[in-house]
Amino acid sequence: MNAIHAEGLRLSYGNHLVLDGLDLAVPTGTVTALLGPNGAGKTSTVHLLTTLRRPDAGTARVAGHDVLADPAAVRRAIGVTGQFSAVDELLTGAENLRLMTRLHHLARAEAARTVTDLLDRMDLVEAADRTVATWSGGMRRKLDLAMTLVGRPRVIFLDEPTTGLDPRSRREVWAIVADHVADGTTVLLTTQYLEEADRLADQVVVLHEGRVAATGTPAQLKASVPGGRVRLRFASPEVAADGAARLPDATLDRDAMTVEVPHDGGVAALRHLLDTLDQAALTPEDLTVHTADLDDVFLTLTAGTTPDAGTTATGGPR
Amino acid sequence: MTALADALTLSGRQLLRLRRYPSLTVTLIALPLVLLLVFTFVFGGTLGAGISGVDIGGDGRAAYLDYILPGLLLLALASAAQGTAITVAMDQTGGIITRLRTMGTPRPSILSAHVVAGLVQSLACAVPVALVAVALGWRPDAGIAGWLAVLGLVLAIGTALTWVTVAMGAAAPTVEAASNTPMILTLLPLLSSGFVPTESFPVGLRWFADHQPATPMVEALRAALAGDPGGTATVEALAWCVGLSLLGLVWARRAFDAAGRRP
Repeated sequence: MNAIHAEGLRLSYGNHLVLDGLDLAVPTGTVTALLGPNGAGKTSTVHLLTTLRRPDAGTARVAGHDVLADPAAVRRAIGVTGQFSAVDELLTGAENLRLMTRLHHLARAEAARTVTDLLDRMDLVEAADRTVATWSGGMRRKLDLAMTLVGRPRVIFLDEPTTGLDPRSRREVWAIVADHVADGTTVLLTTQYLEEADRLADQVVVLHEGRVAATGTPAQLKASVPGGRVRLRFASPEVAADGAARLPDATLDRDAMTVEVPHDGGVAALRHLLDTLDQAALTPEDLTVHTADLDDVFLTLTAGTTPDAGTTATGGPR
Repeated sequence: MTALADALTLSGRQLLRLRRYPSLTVTLIALPLVLLLVFTFVFGGTLGAGISGVDIGGDGRAAYLDYILPGLLLLALASAAQGTAITVAMDQTGGIITRLRTMGTPRPSILSAHVVAGLVQSLACAVPVALVAVALGWRPDAGIAGWLAVLGLVLAIGTALTWVTVAMGAAAPTVEAASNTPMILTLLPLLSSGFVPTESFPVGLRWFADHQPATPMVEALRAALAGDPGGTATVEALAWCVGLSLLGLVWARRAFDAAGRRP
Protein backbone atom coordinates (compact mmCIF):
# COMPACT_ATOMS: atom_id res chain seq x y z
CA MET A 1 0.00 0.00 0.00
CA ASN A 2 1.42 3.34 -1.03
CA ALA A 3 0.82 6.39 1.15
CA ILE A 4 1.84 8.56 -1.78
CA HIS A 5 1.26 7.59 -5.37
CA ALA A 6 1.80 10.02 -8.23
CA GLU A 7 1.78 9.49 -11.98
CA GLY A 8 2.86 11.79 -14.76
CA LEU A 9 2.90 15.02 -12.76
CA ARG A 10 3.57 17.99 -14.98
CA LEU A 11 3.90 21.62 -13.98
CA SER A 12 5.20 24.74 -15.62
CA TYR A 13 5.45 28.38 -14.65
CA GLY A 14 4.88 30.23 -17.88
CA ASN A 15 7.37 28.82 -20.37
CA HIS A 16 9.51 27.26 -17.69
CA LEU A 17 8.88 23.53 -17.35
CA VAL A 18 9.36 22.51 -13.71
CA LEU A 19 8.00 18.95 -13.59
CA ASP A 20 8.11 16.85 -16.71
CA GLY A 21 6.02 13.73 -16.04
CA LEU A 22 7.05 12.78 -12.52
CA ASP A 23 6.12 9.34 -11.12
CA LEU A 24 6.46 8.61 -7.44
CA ALA A 25 5.44 5.81 -5.07
CA VAL A 26 6.07 5.96 -1.34
CA PRO A 27 5.07 2.84 0.63
CA THR A 28 3.20 3.45 3.89
CA GLY A 29 5.44 3.76 6.93
CA THR A 30 8.64 4.46 5.02
CA VAL A 31 10.86 7.47 4.39
CA THR A 32 11.54 8.64 0.87
CA ALA A 33 14.05 11.37 0.13
CA LEU A 34 13.73 13.54 -2.96
CA LEU A 35 17.27 14.43 -3.82
CA GLY A 36 18.28 17.00 -6.38
CA PRO A 37 19.93 20.33 -7.04
CA ASN A 38 18.06 23.64 -6.74
CA GLY A 39 15.50 23.86 -9.51
CA ALA A 40 15.19 20.09 -9.96
CA GLY A 41 11.50 20.24 -8.95
CA LYS A 42 11.66 19.04 -5.34
CA THR A 43 9.63 21.82 -3.76
CA SER A 44 7.16 21.86 -6.67
CA THR A 45 6.54 18.16 -6.12
CA VAL A 46 5.80 18.84 -2.44
CA HIS A 47 3.48 21.70 -3.40
CA LEU A 48 1.46 19.47 -5.73
CA LEU A 49 1.21 16.61 -3.24
CA THR A 50 0.18 18.93 -0.38
CA THR A 51 -2.59 20.58 -2.48
CA LEU A 52 -0.88 23.98 -2.44
CA ARG A 53 -0.83 23.91 -6.22
CA ARG A 54 -2.65 22.00 -8.97
CA PRO A 55 -0.63 20.08 -11.56
CA ASP A 56 -1.03 20.91 -15.25
CA ALA A 57 -1.34 17.16 -15.88
CA GLY A 58 -1.05 13.89 -14.01
CA THR A 59 -2.68 12.37 -10.95
CA ALA A 60 -1.67 11.91 -7.34
CA ARG A 61 -3.15 10.17 -4.31
CA VAL A 62 -1.98 10.92 -0.78
CA ALA A 63 -3.17 8.78 2.15
CA GLY A 64 -5.71 7.25 -0.24
CA HIS A 65 -7.25 10.56 -1.33
CA ASP A 66 -6.99 12.20 -4.72
CA VAL A 67 -5.25 15.58 -4.44
CA LEU A 68 -7.43 17.07 -7.18
CA ALA A 69 -10.79 15.46 -6.39
CA ASP A 70 -10.65 15.62 -2.60
CA PRO A 71 -8.00 18.10 -1.42
CA ALA A 72 -9.81 18.62 1.91
CA ALA A 73 -9.38 14.94 2.83
CA VAL A 74 -5.70 15.10 1.86
CA ARG A 75 -5.20 18.17 4.08
CA ARG A 76 -6.73 16.34 7.04
CA ALA A 77 -4.25 13.48 6.65
CA ILE A 78 -1.01 15.38 6.11
CA GLY A 79 1.44 17.56 7.98
CA VAL A 80 3.79 19.90 6.14
CA THR A 81 6.98 21.62 7.23
CA GLY A 82 7.81 23.98 4.43
CA GLN A 83 11.12 25.35 3.33
CA PHE A 84 10.40 28.69 5.03
CA SER A 85 9.86 28.85 8.75
CA ALA A 86 6.14 28.70 9.56
CA VAL A 87 6.33 29.68 13.20
CA ASP A 88 4.93 32.93 14.60
CA GLU A 89 7.91 34.86 15.94
CA LEU A 90 5.81 37.15 18.11
CA LEU A 91 4.26 34.22 19.97
CA THR A 92 5.96 31.99 22.50
CA GLY A 93 6.74 28.37 21.65
CA ALA A 94 3.85 27.13 23.77
CA GLU A 95 1.48 29.67 22.20
CA ASN A 96 2.47 28.53 18.72
CA LEU A 97 1.66 24.92 19.63
CA ARG A 98 -1.62 25.91 21.33
CA LEU A 99 -2.58 27.79 18.16
CA MET A 100 -2.13 24.54 16.25
CA THR A 101 -4.18 22.47 18.75
CA ARG A 102 -7.04 24.98 18.39
CA LEU A 103 -6.92 24.97 14.61
CA HIS A 104 -6.98 21.16 14.74
CA HIS A 105 -9.97 21.44 17.11
CA LEU A 106 -8.48 19.18 19.77
CA ALA A 107 -10.38 18.84 23.03
CA ARG A 108 -8.98 20.92 25.88
CA ALA A 109 -7.35 18.09 27.83
CA GLU A 110 -5.89 16.46 24.75
CA ALA A 111 -4.59 19.82 23.56
CA ALA A 112 -2.78 20.48 26.83
CA ARG A 113 -1.31 16.98 26.79
CA THR A 114 -0.15 17.34 23.18
CA VAL A 115 1.59 20.66 23.86
CA THR A 116 3.41 19.35 26.94
CA ASP A 117 4.36 16.14 25.19
CA LEU A 118 5.73 17.84 22.06
CA LEU A 119 7.70 20.46 24.00
CA ASP A 120 9.19 17.65 26.03
CA ARG A 121 10.07 15.50 23.03
CA MET A 122 11.66 18.41 21.18
CA ASP A 123 13.62 19.42 24.27
CA LEU A 124 12.04 22.88 24.19
CA VAL A 125 10.48 22.97 27.66
CA GLU A 126 12.86 25.59 29.02
CA ALA A 127 12.31 28.04 26.15
CA ALA A 128 8.58 27.35 25.86
CA ASP A 129 7.40 30.64 27.38
CA ARG A 130 9.82 32.92 25.55
CA THR A 131 8.80 34.56 22.27
CA VAL A 132 10.21 32.66 19.32
CA ALA A 133 11.99 35.80 18.06
CA THR A 134 14.63 35.12 20.73
CA TRP A 135 15.17 31.48 19.69
CA SER A 136 18.00 29.98 17.64
CA GLY A 137 17.47 28.60 14.13
CA GLY A 138 17.67 25.02 15.33
CA MET A 139 15.06 25.58 18.04
CA ARG A 140 12.72 27.26 15.56
CA ARG A 141 13.06 24.36 13.18
CA LYS A 142 12.20 21.90 15.93
CA LEU A 143 9.16 23.99 16.86
CA ASP A 144 8.18 24.09 13.19
CA LEU A 145 8.36 20.30 13.14
CA ALA A 146 6.41 20.04 16.41
CA MET A 147 3.64 22.25 14.97
CA THR A 148 3.44 19.90 12.00
CA LEU A 149 3.03 16.91 14.33
CA VAL A 150 0.17 18.39 16.39
CA GLY A 151 -2.56 16.95 14.16
CA ARG A 152 -0.99 13.45 14.25
CA PRO A 153 -0.58 13.39 10.46
CA ARG A 154 -0.31 10.03 8.72
CA VAL A 155 1.87 11.47 5.98
CA ILE A 156 4.51 14.12 6.69
CA PHE A 157 6.19 16.33 4.11
CA LEU A 158 9.47 17.97 5.05
CA ASP A 159 10.90 20.42 2.55
CA GLU A 160 14.63 20.75 3.24
CA PRO A 161 14.14 20.22 6.98
CA THR A 162 17.74 20.83 7.99
CA THR A 163 18.94 23.44 5.51
CA GLY A 164 20.87 26.13 7.38
CA LEU A 165 21.09 24.18 10.63
CA ASP A 166 24.26 23.47 12.55
CA PRO A 167 25.38 19.81 12.68
CA ARG A 168 24.02 19.24 16.17
CA SER A 169 20.54 20.59 15.41
CA ARG A 170 20.57 18.57 12.21
CA ARG A 171 21.14 15.40 14.19
CA GLU A 172 18.33 16.30 16.57
CA VAL A 173 15.90 16.80 13.69
CA TRP A 174 16.96 13.47 12.19
CA ALA A 175 16.35 11.71 15.49
CA ILE A 176 12.85 13.20 15.73
CA VAL A 177 11.98 12.13 12.19
CA ALA A 178 13.35 8.62 12.72
CA ASP A 179 11.37 8.40 15.95
CA HIS A 180 8.18 9.22 14.10
CA VAL A 181 8.71 6.75 11.32
CA ALA A 182 9.07 4.06 13.96
CA ASP A 183 5.46 4.90 14.87
CA GLY A 184 4.30 4.10 11.33
CA THR A 185 4.18 7.58 9.84
CA THR A 186 5.11 8.00 6.19
CA VAL A 187 7.65 10.72 5.40
CA LEU A 188 8.56 12.42 2.15
CA LEU A 189 11.48 14.77 2.56
CA THR A 190 13.46 16.84 0.12
CA THR A 191 17.12 17.49 0.64
CA GLN A 192 20.29 18.65 -0.99
CA TYR A 193 22.32 16.77 1.57
CA LEU A 194 23.32 13.31 0.54
CA GLU A 195 24.23 12.41 4.08
CA GLU A 196 20.69 13.23 5.14
CA ALA A 197 19.17 10.97 2.50
CA ASP A 198 21.64 8.24 3.42
CA ARG A 199 20.82 8.53 7.11
CA LEU A 200 17.03 8.76 6.97
CA ALA A 201 15.67 7.35 3.78
CA ASP A 202 14.47 3.85 2.90
CA GLN A 203 14.16 5.02 -0.66
CA VAL A 204 15.97 7.77 -2.52
CA VAL A 205 14.50 9.40 -5.61
CA VAL A 206 16.99 11.48 -7.53
CA LEU A 207 15.32 14.34 -9.40
CA HIS A 208 16.95 16.05 -12.30
CA GLU A 209 15.30 18.71 -14.46
CA GLY A 210 11.80 17.76 -13.40
CA ARG A 211 12.17 14.04 -13.98
CA VAL A 212 13.14 11.02 -11.90
CA ALA A 213 16.76 10.23 -12.76
CA ALA A 214 17.00 7.19 -10.47
CA THR A 215 15.16 5.40 -7.66
CA GLY A 216 16.42 2.90 -5.13
CA THR A 217 17.69 2.31 -1.64
CA PRO A 218 20.83 4.25 -0.79
CA ALA A 219 22.80 0.97 -1.07
CA GLN A 220 21.35 0.12 -4.48
CA LEU A 221 22.11 3.54 -5.83
CA LYS A 222 25.66 3.43 -4.55
CA ALA A 223 26.16 0.01 -6.15
CA SER A 224 24.82 1.29 -9.46
CA VAL A 225 27.60 3.73 -10.12
CA PRO A 226 31.31 3.30 -10.43
CA GLY A 227 32.99 5.21 -7.69
CA GLY A 228 34.73 2.80 -5.30
CA ARG A 229 38.50 2.74 -5.76
CA VAL A 230 41.77 2.28 -3.95
CA ARG A 231 44.49 4.80 -4.49
CA LEU A 232 48.11 3.75 -3.86
CA ARG A 233 51.08 6.09 -3.75
CA PHE A 234 54.56 4.71 -4.33
CA ALA A 235 58.06 5.99 -3.65
CA SER A 236 58.99 6.50 -7.30
CA PRO A 237 57.39 6.52 -10.78
CA GLU A 238 59.19 3.24 -11.62
CA VAL A 239 57.80 1.39 -8.60
CA ALA A 240 54.36 2.80 -9.35
CA ALA A 241 54.58 1.49 -12.95
CA ASP A 242 55.65 -1.92 -11.66
CA GLY A 243 52.67 -2.00 -9.29
CA ALA A 244 50.26 -0.93 -12.01
CA ALA A 245 51.45 -3.75 -14.24
CA ARG A 246 50.61 -6.35 -11.58
CA LEU A 247 47.13 -5.09 -10.71
CA PRO A 248 44.08 -5.63 -13.00
CA ASP A 249 42.32 -2.50 -14.37
CA ALA A 250 44.88 -0.24 -12.73
CA THR A 251 45.31 3.38 -13.82
CA LEU A 252 48.80 4.77 -13.51
CA ASP A 253 49.65 8.40 -12.90
CA ARG A 254 53.41 8.49 -13.40
CA ASP A 255 53.94 12.11 -12.30
CA ALA A 256 52.00 11.65 -9.07
CA MET A 257 53.52 8.19 -8.54
CA THR A 258 50.02 6.83 -7.90
CA VAL A 259 47.96 3.88 -9.05
CA GLU A 260 44.16 3.72 -8.87
CA VAL A 261 42.32 0.41 -8.82
CA PRO A 262 38.53 -0.11 -8.91
CA HIS A 263 37.33 -1.47 -5.63
CA ASP A 264 34.02 -2.73 -4.21
CA GLY A 265 34.72 -1.57 -0.67
CA GLY A 266 35.14 -5.11 0.72
CA VAL A 267 37.90 -6.15 3.10
CA ALA A 268 38.66 -9.39 1.25
CA ALA A 269 39.36 -7.58 -2.00
CA LEU A 270 41.61 -5.16 -0.18
CA ARG A 271 43.55 -7.99 1.46
CA HIS A 272 43.98 -9.69 -1.93
CA LEU A 273 45.30 -6.47 -3.41
CA LEU A 274 47.86 -6.00 -0.65
CA ASP A 275 48.90 -9.68 -0.92
CA THR A 276 49.53 -9.25 -4.63
CA LEU A 277 51.80 -6.28 -3.95
CA ASP A 278 53.48 -8.08 -1.07
CA GLN A 279 54.43 -11.06 -3.26
CA ALA A 280 56.18 -8.66 -5.64
CA ALA A 281 57.88 -7.01 -2.64
CA LEU A 282 56.21 -3.69 -3.46
CA THR A 283 55.18 -1.52 -0.52
CA PRO A 284 53.01 1.52 -1.13
CA GLU A 285 53.90 4.66 0.80
CA ASP A 286 50.29 5.56 1.26
CA LEU A 287 46.88 3.98 0.70
CA THR A 288 43.42 5.53 0.60
CA VAL A 289 40.10 3.76 0.08
CA HIS A 290 37.28 5.68 -1.55
CA THR A 291 33.89 3.97 -1.39
CA ALA A 292 31.03 5.08 -3.62
CA ASP A 293 28.72 7.48 -1.80
CA LEU A 294 25.58 9.27 -2.84
CA ASP A 295 27.76 12.13 -4.06
CA ASP A 296 29.04 9.84 -6.80
CA VAL A 297 25.49 8.72 -7.56
CA PHE A 298 24.33 12.26 -7.70
CA LEU A 299 27.13 13.56 -9.87
CA THR A 300 26.90 10.60 -12.22
CA LEU A 301 23.15 10.82 -12.64
CA THR A 302 22.94 14.55 -13.03
CA ALA A 303 25.99 14.94 -15.25
CA GLY A 304 24.38 13.30 -18.28
CA THR A 305 27.82 12.03 -19.18
CA THR A 306 30.31 9.49 -17.84
CA PRO A 307 31.49 9.96 -14.26
CA ASP A 308 35.01 10.76 -15.48
CA ALA A 309 33.63 13.82 -17.20
CA GLY A 310 31.83 14.85 -14.05
CA THR A 311 33.22 18.36 -14.25
CA THR A 312 30.89 19.07 -17.16
CA ALA A 313 27.84 18.43 -14.97
CA THR A 314 25.11 21.01 -15.40
CA GLY A 315 23.87 22.35 -12.11
CA GLY A 316 25.99 20.61 -9.50
CA PRO A 317 24.71 19.63 -6.08
CA ARG A 318 25.83 22.75 -4.31
CA MET B 1 -19.03 26.20 12.77
CA THR B 2 -15.37 25.26 12.57
CA ALA B 3 -14.82 28.24 10.25
CA LEU B 4 -16.15 30.53 12.97
CA ALA B 5 -14.05 28.82 15.65
CA ASP B 6 -10.97 29.18 13.41
CA ALA B 7 -11.77 32.87 12.82
CA LEU B 8 -11.91 33.43 16.59
CA THR B 9 -8.68 31.49 17.15
CA LEU B 10 -6.87 33.47 14.47
CA SER B 11 -8.33 36.77 15.69
CA GLY B 12 -6.89 35.94 19.11
CA ARG B 13 -3.54 35.35 17.47
CA GLN B 14 -3.63 38.69 15.63
CA LEU B 15 -4.56 40.58 18.81
CA LEU B 16 -1.71 38.89 20.66
CA ARG B 17 0.61 39.96 17.85
CA LEU B 18 -0.56 43.57 18.19
CA ARG B 19 0.21 43.44 21.90
CA ARG B 20 3.66 41.95 21.30
CA TYR B 21 4.48 44.50 18.59
CA PRO B 22 3.41 47.80 20.20
CA SER B 23 5.92 49.86 18.20
CA LEU B 24 3.73 49.34 15.11
CA THR B 25 0.69 50.81 16.89
CA VAL B 26 2.80 53.68 18.23
CA THR B 27 4.01 54.50 14.72
CA LEU B 28 0.46 54.45 13.36
CA ILE B 29 -0.92 56.59 16.18
CA ALA B 30 1.87 59.16 15.87
CA LEU B 31 0.74 60.64 12.53
CA PRO B 32 -2.78 61.73 13.54
CA LEU B 33 -1.57 62.89 16.97
CA VAL B 34 1.23 65.02 15.52
CA LEU B 35 -1.15 66.50 12.96
CA LEU B 36 -3.65 67.20 15.73
CA LEU B 37 -1.04 69.22 17.64
CA VAL B 38 0.36 70.95 14.55
CA PHE B 39 -3.04 71.93 13.18
CA THR B 40 -4.26 73.16 16.55
CA PHE B 41 -1.27 75.11 17.76
CA VAL B 42 0.56 76.09 14.57
CA PHE B 43 -2.25 76.70 12.08
CA GLY B 44 -5.24 76.81 14.42
CA GLY B 45 -5.26 80.52 15.31
CA THR B 46 -5.15 81.78 11.74
CA LEU B 47 -7.19 79.06 10.04
CA GLY B 48 -9.88 79.13 12.70
CA ALA B 49 -10.32 82.84 12.25
CA GLY B 50 -10.22 82.57 8.47
CA ILE B 51 -12.69 79.78 7.80
CA SER B 52 -15.99 81.19 6.66
CA GLY B 53 -19.12 79.40 7.76
CA VAL B 54 -17.59 78.30 11.00
CA ASP B 55 -19.11 79.89 14.00
CA ILE B 56 -16.12 81.16 15.88
CA GLY B 57 -17.16 81.35 19.46
CA GLY B 58 -14.53 83.82 20.52
CA ASP B 59 -11.47 81.58 20.13
CA GLY B 60 -10.34 80.65 16.62
CA ARG B 61 -8.06 77.91 17.85
CA ALA B 62 -10.83 76.09 19.74
CA ALA B 63 -13.23 76.48 16.83
CA TYR B 64 -10.67 75.06 14.41
CA LEU B 65 -10.01 72.08 16.68
CA ASP B 66 -13.73 71.44 16.60
CA TYR B 67 -13.73 71.73 12.81
CA ILE B 68 -10.82 69.35 12.07
CA LEU B 69 -11.51 66.61 14.60
CA PRO B 70 -13.71 64.51 12.25
CA GLY B 71 -10.95 64.70 9.65
CA LEU B 72 -8.33 63.69 12.22
CA LEU B 73 -10.46 60.73 13.33
CA LEU B 74 -10.69 59.61 9.70
CA LEU B 75 -6.93 60.08 9.34
CA ALA B 76 -6.40 57.93 12.44
CA LEU B 77 -8.55 55.18 10.90
CA ALA B 78 -6.62 55.37 7.62
CA SER B 79 -3.34 55.22 9.52
CA ALA B 80 -4.52 52.15 11.46
CA ALA B 81 -5.54 50.50 8.19
CA GLN B 82 -2.00 50.96 6.93
CA GLY B 83 -0.90 48.76 9.84
CA THR B 84 -3.33 46.06 8.70
CA ALA B 85 -1.70 45.97 5.27
CA ILE B 86 1.67 45.50 6.96
CA THR B 87 0.53 42.67 9.24
CA VAL B 88 -1.24 40.90 6.37
CA ALA B 89 1.88 41.13 4.21
CA MET B 90 4.06 39.87 7.07
CA ASP B 91 1.82 36.80 7.27
CA GLN B 92 1.66 36.28 3.52
CA THR B 93 5.40 36.49 2.96
CA GLY B 94 6.22 34.26 5.95
CA GLY B 95 5.52 30.55 6.07
CA ILE B 96 2.51 30.66 8.38
CA ILE B 97 -0.11 31.18 5.66
CA THR B 98 1.33 28.25 3.72
CA ARG B 99 0.94 26.16 6.84
CA LEU B 100 -2.69 27.24 7.25
CA ARG B 101 -3.36 26.44 3.59
CA THR B 102 -2.04 22.89 3.97
CA MET B 103 -4.10 22.47 7.15
CA GLY B 104 -7.28 23.35 5.30
CA THR B 105 -8.01 26.36 7.53
CA PRO B 106 -10.82 28.22 5.70
CA ARG B 107 -9.82 31.34 3.80
CA PRO B 108 -12.70 33.43 5.27
CA SER B 109 -11.41 32.62 8.77
CA ILE B 110 -7.93 33.83 7.89
CA LEU B 111 -9.12 37.05 6.22
CA SER B 112 -11.79 37.95 8.78
CA ALA B 113 -9.28 37.52 11.62
CA HIS B 114 -7.24 40.28 10.00
CA VAL B 115 -10.33 42.48 9.83
CA VAL B 116 -11.18 41.92 13.52
CA ALA B 117 -7.62 42.84 14.51
CA GLY B 118 -7.74 45.80 12.13
CA LEU B 119 -10.89 47.11 13.81
CA VAL B 120 -9.29 46.88 17.24
CA GLN B 121 -6.27 48.70 15.83
CA SER B 122 -8.60 51.36 14.38
CA LEU B 123 -10.14 52.02 17.79
CA ALA B 124 -6.68 52.01 19.36
CA CYS B 125 -5.74 54.84 16.97
CA ALA B 126 -8.98 56.83 17.02
CA VAL B 127 -9.62 56.88 20.77
CA PRO B 128 -6.30 58.55 21.75
CA VAL B 129 -6.92 61.28 19.16
CA ALA B 130 -10.27 62.04 20.78
CA LEU B 131 -8.79 61.90 24.30
CA VAL B 132 -5.94 64.27 23.48
CA ALA B 133 -8.41 66.62 21.84
CA VAL B 134 -10.51 66.61 25.02
CA ALA B 135 -7.38 67.42 26.98
CA LEU B 136 -6.85 70.37 24.64
CA GLY B 137 -10.32 71.64 25.43
CA TRP B 138 -12.47 69.92 22.80
CA ARG B 139 -16.06 69.64 24.08
CA PRO B 140 -18.34 68.27 21.35
CA ASP B 141 -22.06 68.69 21.87
CA ALA B 142 -22.98 65.23 20.56
CA GLY B 143 -25.35 63.73 23.12
CA ILE B 144 -25.92 59.98 23.55
CA ALA B 145 -27.40 59.45 20.08
CA GLY B 146 -24.60 61.46 18.52
CA TRP B 147 -21.87 59.47 20.27
CA LEU B 148 -23.51 56.17 19.31
CA ALA B 149 -23.61 57.39 15.72
CA VAL B 150 -19.91 58.33 15.94
CA LEU B 151 -19.05 54.85 17.23
CA GLY B 152 -21.13 53.25 14.48
CA LEU B 153 -19.48 55.38 11.81
CA VAL B 154 -15.99 54.69 13.16
CA LEU B 155 -16.67 50.93 13.06
CA ALA B 156 -18.22 51.10 9.58
CA ILE B 157 -15.38 53.23 8.17
CA GLY B 158 -12.80 51.10 9.99
CA THR B 159 -14.28 47.93 8.49
CA ALA B 160 -14.27 49.38 4.98
CA LEU B 161 -10.69 50.68 5.18
CA THR B 162 -9.50 47.45 6.81
CA TRP B 163 -10.98 45.23 4.09
CA VAL B 164 -9.30 47.39 1.45
CA THR B 165 -5.94 47.21 3.23
CA VAL B 166 -6.26 43.44 3.83
CA ALA B 167 -6.48 43.21 0.06
CA MET B 168 -3.52 45.59 -0.41
CA GLY B 169 -1.47 43.54 2.03
CA ALA B 170 -2.37 40.24 0.38
CA ALA B 171 -1.59 41.65 -3.07
CA ALA B 172 1.76 43.14 -2.05
CA PRO B 173 4.83 41.12 -3.03
CA THR B 174 6.82 42.43 -0.04
CA VAL B 175 6.17 43.97 3.37
CA GLU B 176 7.74 47.25 2.17
CA ALA B 177 5.30 47.48 -0.72
CA ALA B 178 2.43 46.77 1.66
CA SER B 179 3.41 49.69 3.87
CA ASN B 180 3.57 52.09 0.90
CA THR B 181 0.36 51.36 -1.04
CA PRO B 182 -2.09 52.40 1.72
CA MET B 183 -0.41 55.81 1.99
CA ILE B 184 -3.03 57.04 -0.49
CA LEU B 185 -5.69 56.34 2.14
CA THR B 186 -4.03 58.77 4.58
CA LEU B 187 -3.92 61.42 1.85
CA LEU B 188 -7.67 61.28 1.16
CA PRO B 189 -8.72 63.00 4.43
CA LEU B 190 -6.31 65.86 3.69
CA LEU B 191 -7.92 66.32 0.27
CA SER B 192 -11.44 66.42 1.71
CA SER B 193 -13.52 68.87 3.70
CA GLY B 194 -11.68 67.68 6.80
CA PHE B 195 -9.32 70.59 7.33
CA VAL B 196 -10.63 73.48 5.23
CA PRO B 197 -13.93 73.84 3.37
CA THR B 198 -13.70 72.46 -0.18
CA GLU B 199 -14.98 75.82 -1.51
CA SER B 200 -11.47 77.15 -1.00
CA PHE B 201 -9.90 74.47 -3.27
CA PRO B 202 -8.98 75.06 -6.94
CA VAL B 203 -11.72 73.82 -9.30
CA GLY B 204 -10.31 70.39 -10.24
CA LEU B 205 -9.31 69.49 -6.70
CA ARG B 206 -12.66 70.69 -5.44
CA TRP B 207 -14.51 68.37 -7.82
CA PHE B 208 -12.31 65.48 -6.59
CA ALA B 209 -12.84 66.41 -2.93
CA ASP B 210 -16.60 66.57 -3.35
CA HIS B 211 -16.75 63.13 -4.98
CA GLN B 212 -14.27 61.09 -2.98
CA PRO B 213 -15.36 59.01 0.04
CA ALA B 214 -13.46 60.97 2.70
CA THR B 215 -15.68 64.07 2.33
CA PRO B 216 -19.03 62.39 3.15
CA MET B 217 -17.29 60.39 5.88
CA VAL B 218 -15.94 63.59 7.45
CA GLU B 219 -19.30 65.35 7.08
CA ALA B 220 -21.14 62.39 8.62
CA LEU B 221 -18.77 62.35 11.60
CA ARG B 222 -19.08 66.13 11.91
CA ALA B 223 -22.88 65.93 11.94
CA ALA B 224 -22.84 63.13 14.53
CA LEU B 225 -20.44 65.06 16.75
CA ALA B 226 -22.74 68.07 16.51
CA GLY B 227 -25.55 65.82 17.81
CA ASP B 228 -27.32 65.78 14.46
CA PRO B 229 -26.66 62.38 12.78
CA GLY B 230 -28.75 60.90 9.98
CA GLY B 231 -28.37 63.45 7.19
CA THR B 232 -27.55 62.74 3.54
CA ALA B 233 -23.82 62.76 4.33
CA THR B 234 -24.37 59.84 6.72
CA VAL B 235 -26.26 57.86 4.08
CA GLU B 236 -23.61 58.64 1.50
CA ALA B 237 -20.79 57.71 3.92
CA LEU B 238 -22.42 54.39 4.81
CA ALA B 239 -22.95 53.62 1.13
CA TRP B 240 -19.25 54.23 0.54
CA CYS B 241 -18.43 51.94 3.50
CA VAL B 242 -20.54 49.09 2.11
CA GLY B 243 -19.08 49.58 -1.36
CA LEU B 244 -15.47 49.73 -0.17
CA SER B 245 -15.96 46.72 2.13
CA LEU B 246 -17.32 44.62 -0.72
CA LEU B 247 -14.59 45.78 -3.08
CA GLY B 248 -11.94 45.00 -0.45
CA LEU B 249 -13.45 41.60 0.30
CA VAL B 250 -13.56 40.49 -3.33
CA TRP B 251 -10.08 41.89 -4.01
CA ALA B 252 -8.68 40.30 -0.83
CA ARG B 253 -10.01 36.84 -1.79
CA ARG B 254 -8.51 37.11 -5.26
CA ALA B 255 -5.19 38.43 -3.97
CA PHE B 256 -5.03 35.68 -1.32
CA ASP B 257 -5.58 32.97 -3.94
CA ALA B 258 -3.19 34.60 -6.39
CA ALA B 259 -0.49 34.75 -3.72
CA GLY B 260 -0.79 30.96 -3.38
CA ARG B 261 -0.11 30.53 -7.08
CA ARG B 262 3.12 32.55 -7.13
CA PRO B 263 6.13 30.36 -7.96
